[in-house]
Amino acid sequence: MSAPRLAEGVQPVLRERGQREVFCGLTGIVWLHRKMPDAFFLVVGSRTCAHLLQSAAGVMIFAEPRFATAIIEERDLAGLADMNAELDRVVGRLLERRPDIRTLFLVGSCPSEVIKLDLSRAASRLQGERPGVRILSYSGSGIETTFTQGEDACLAAMVPELPVLAADSPPRLMVAGTLPDVVEDQFRRLFAEMGIEQVDFFPPRGTATLPAVGPSTRLLLAQPFIGTAARALESRGAKLLTAQFPFGAEGTTAWLHAAARAFGVDEMTFRRVIAPGRERAKRALARHAEKLAGKRIFFMPDSQLEVPLARFLSVELGMVPVEVGTPYLDRTIVADDLAALPEGTTVSEGQDVDLQLDRVRAARPDLTVCGLGLANPLEAEGLATKWAIELVFSPIHGFDQAGDLAELFARPLRRRDLLRV
Amino acid sequence: MQLAVWTYEGPPHVGAMRVATAMKGVHLVLHAPQGDTYADLLFTMIERRSARPPVTYTTFEGRDLGSDTATLFKRTVADAHARFQPDVLLVGASCTAELIQDDPGGLAEALRLPATVVPLELPSYQRKEHWGAAETFYRLVRTLCPAERAAVRLPGRPRANLLGPCALGFRHRDDVEEIRKLLDMLGVDVNVVAPLGATADDVARLPDANFNILLYPEIGAEAARWLEQTHGMPTVRTVPIGVGATAEFVEEVAALAGIDPTAALDAAASRLPWWSRSVDSNYLTGKRVFIFGDATHAVAAARVAADELGFEVVGLGCYNREFAREVRTAAERYGVKPLITDDHLEVEDAIAALQPELVLGTQMERHIAKRLRIPCAVISSPAHVQDFPARHSPQMGFEGANVLFDTWVHPLVMGLEEHLLAMFRDDPEFHDEAGPSHLGAGHTPPVLTVVPDTGSAMVVEAPVVAGWTPEAETELKKIPFFVRGKARRNTEAFAAQQGIARIDLATLYDAKAFYGR
Repeated sequence: MSAPRLAEGVQPVLRERGQREVFCGLTGIVWLHRKMPDAFFLVVGSRTCAHLLQSAAGVMIFAEPRFATAIIEERDLAGLADMNAELDRVVGRLLERRPDIRTLFLVGSCPSEVIKLDLSRAASRLQGERPGVRILSYSGSGIETTFTQGEDACLAAMVPELPVLAADSPPRLMVAGTLPDVVEDQFRRLFAEMGIEQVDFFPPRGTATLPAVGPSTRLLLAQPFIGTAARALESRGAKLLTAQFPFGAEGTTAWLHAAARAFGVDEMTFRRVIAPGRERAKRALARHAEKLAGKRIFFMPDSQLEVPLARFLSVELGMVPVEVGTPYLDRTIVADDLAALPEGTTVSEGQDVDLQLDRVRAARPDLTVCGLGLANPLEAEGLATKWAIELVFSPIHGFDQAGDLAELFARPLRRRDLLRV
Repeated sequence: MQLAVWTYEGPPHVGAMRVATAMKGVHLVLHAPQGDTYADLLFTMIERRSARPPVTYTTFEGRDLGSDTATLFKRTVADAHARFQPDVLLVGASCTAELIQDDPGGLAEALRLPATVVPLELPSYQRKEHWGAAETFYRLVRTLCPAERAAVRLPGRPRANLLGPCALGFRHRDDVEEIRKLLDMLGVDVNVVAPLGATADDVARLPDANFNILLYPEIGAEAARWLEQTHGMPTVRTVPIGVGATAEFVEEVAALAGIDPTAALDAAASRLPWWSRSVDSNYLTGKRVFIFGDATHAVAAARVAADELGFEVVGLGCYNREFAREVRTAAERYGVKPLITDDHLEVEDAIAALQPELVLGTQMERHIAKRLRIPCAVISSPAHVQDFPARHSPQMGFEGANVLFDTWVHPLVMGLEEHLLAMFRDDPEFHDEAGPSHLGAGHTPPVLTVVPDTGSAMVVEAPVVAGWTPEAETELKKIPFFVRGKARRNTEAFAAQQGIARIDLATLYDAKAFYGR
């Protein structure tokens, strides 16, 4: 079901509808539960949901991870009243076992949505019985969310819980979208050096105290896939700052600059503060530019990071994006990155995997960014690949990760040069 | 509703995928939402398959539910058929599509495609992966070998089918090769291996064999039973894992084929018996082993452990309830309580309580054993990328028995090594603080750290333990370092059980007596 290239805005977009080779939103639990160590994620779903999570996350190493699946069984499907009682029982058992849990997320799945099990009602019912634990719900289902949209839904569910930041309070910066702790600390130091001391990260490292939001909030997104959460924060008064996403030397500069301008940091100070990091990033990138410059890259849709990453690879490393596939294109949020893509780049939204693979084979790019289900088959066809999922699980934001980010793309190419078998 | 942190088996449609992926010219269309494609990575990553599994997903979305998901399904089937031109089209639904009741079978039939369409009923809310694989294989066999299909007896040597080998199976690739060799030596030809590597035509030829060999009952039992009833084909049911079972297998095959097995049995000897009888293996005597896996591999492993290595089976269980009876029968033989569960936390509790010296299990038991610092070998799926080795490494047949000896014994301290360690343990150069001599004088060993697995932190929670008196601590140091950790753990567990707050010399030796055998 492919549409012809549509002229829409500045960039033509190829919209496709068909088989999607992407994870559903449940997968976000894998990094969200690590970010918020006092939160537990209970998927209400099927054996497939449990199997997906363990397959995507390699869960076997944990004795008791902070996520689980309440598997719906045949007898539950017999009657809904029974299922609510069953859910109460499972939650009760879970919270007794894990008294350290401060926030419980009931996560909706495809089956729970198809049978119309109302998890928001279940959450408020359970909340009434358990005042000590915050109980929230969101959907990570594949019929509503793609991969990283699970985080968007989770954060959006947390927004109503955020305390009110007084309208007359001095401006505060909120950085939204999960970042590794080490990257948060780097950004916090840079902001502090510029004189921006009031910085909150959302989601926070613990759910006991949540950051406040209000008209004095200046909102900077660290991830491009949290559009719903961003709009929810805007509806609470936050002012959204748009910029390129903080990948590479240029992207990170632009992103930090957006904050600096919003907080009235003078240009001299800004330049002085970012100079060392920016230089380090440029030096680190130079090492990989030789390997990557001129190489053609194809992005299969995965995490919604595709447009900002394609901007980084083309502008900062001289790569040539052939097609930039993304599961969902939020034109407002990635506007600056989208505008910086070279002319003629095909941006595609959605997926019909067989048709897209035909285009990959026709284009024979030097590197294809794709999911784990496609990587080995493409390698076997002689096409170099980069696992997209690593881009979500590795620290890649900011000046000091710029070299690591470039290396993720350079490594598959370097390896092919090395092997003589 | 069942609370699951981790599951041994995926949903039944993953079983159907395993059968489709194992075969040639078979394509599966699954009515399924976005996200269910995750299962592709099991094949491309864990098994390192170089082609995508032959599976097309409809990827219906929330907004489709109000309109017409049936049309989407029909269009997907037609597109998949046009693109992949399969001989057989399997159609089914994953858990979510099962709820919307679109009748994939009926919809696909209505398209009147020039391919054999096999509809699958995969009840996701009742059944699991192995059941799904067995059901899919059975439906295929039933469709492709109808009762009226007369057997064609080819001239030459007797012929047998190998039933059950599948994609993502634990060492199936190597087992098939081993059993082929064994049958060839015996004078039996392999008619068809299925599902692994079979085409639809191959499956249709199943009735031409003289008999079936059921290698993996979890996947092939239903099909074998049907071929028995409908086509009168006898089935060899002995699973040839271990020397004894392989010998019995050879005799069973020989009897059905009307062949004298003596020459083959003499020629195809395993090294296991001598390796097990050689004096170094004395130290294996009575090693306490805990076994858990799929029923077939667990029961076979118990026999090898007890009869061929001289271990003591202290625990035996399986995660697939469909085969619980076999495990119960075997457990009775070893005088242990069978553990039939798909809750890995229950398995972990059992292992922790039994304190075995060796664990034979799935990848989950390997992780459990690692946490509890008990040697372990993997004997069954669910498997991991490392369970698909580059080298030939069968579990079945006489070579398989050699592999079992090596992989189960190597995690343990060698006999001669154990003896030497005890002999030299008081020498000044030989203590746990000294580094290996080949690294030169003055080398100090690095501080032992827990190596995190695949990048994620492994948290070992320290239980509340009794304190040690200085005398007991000194005495503990006299115990050889390679068993000291176990002695410490056992003593602490004993103290906790007895409610002893302070471990003194008496506690140490009481514990030794308690655990001693």
